[in-house]
Amino acid sequence: MRDVKQAGYRALVERVLDGAGAASAEQRVRAFGDVGLAAPLDSLIDGVLARPGRVSEADFAAAKAAGFSEDQLFELVVCAAVGQSTRMYEAGLAALDEAASGGEDV
Amino acid sequence: MRLGILNNGYKPQTKLLFTAVRLFSGQPMPDAAKLVFYRPDFYGARAKEFTHEAMRGQSAWSVADRELMAAYVSKVNSSAFCVGAHTATASRAYQDEKRVAAVLDDLDSADVEEPLRATLRMLGKLVAEGTVSAADMRAVLAAGATAEQVGDALAVCAAFNTTNRLADAFGFEVLSPAEFDAGAKYLLKRGYK
Repeated sequence: MRDVKQAGYRALVERVLDGAGAASAEQRVRAFGDVGLAAPLDSLIDGVLARPGRVSEADFAAAKAAGFSEDQLFELVVCAAVGQSTRMYEAGLAALDEAASGGEDV
Repeated sequence: MRLGILNNGYKPQTKLLFTAVRLFSGQPMPDAAKLVFYRPDFYGARAKEFTHEAMRGQSAWSVADRELMAAYVSKVNSSAFCVGAHTATASRAYQDEKRVAAVLDDLDSADVEEPLRATLRMLGKLVAEGTVSAADMRAVLAAGATAEQVGDALAVCAAFNTTNRLADAFGFEVLSPAEFDAGAKYLLKRGYK
């Protein structure tokens, strides 16, 4: 069942990164990886990743004032959240495989 | 929600569906459900498919166990909407509110099976720290969870870490206990498709 679940997850990741979108593919990759984002988008995405309960109307307003549309922000927030979950999922599966194969921590 | 498009940007047939849900159930469509109807080709369609497979697909974990994992991940992420939704769903699935409350209150002292406790502990660390080690996984396997079960739990965690962050960033409205219970009935009957 692990393969079925991972395939479903990969389909989600591939769509949000590589499919059509209002935000450019480059912007979506940056939000997904939380790398190379400029202000004020960096503040919004950092909030999604580190303290989503404190993301505010002002964070979205600042990004909109910088020229991002609501559809672009919808996509970039989704990419950031999916990106963080992907890193967790991959780290968990790698640790599991290492443990199940009898490997030692590095 | 904080983006106007998530409140008002739906196609006419989707708006009609939201109205029908409100009329027939007496409850508004929760924001979690509305989100996956917004441009479903971008996120919602594949997110629903993956979440349904993680939560209702074949697994040695019961549906109740997986709903408890969703509630626990949500608690570690301090996501009020998701804690409410999946506490209600796990409680209804187990038919045991006290068990769910005990786990969320203090995992170490809760009366719960060791493989489940160890798995929840590992998920909590993964969410809080962003990673886990092979030693963490060995502890889960030593407690009696199978590798297949751990993989299934990681899928639940991936689904709900994403949902937690979207719920809080977009500002999902936290529902009343009655509304969360209505949602729980729906999720146990229909799943996440």
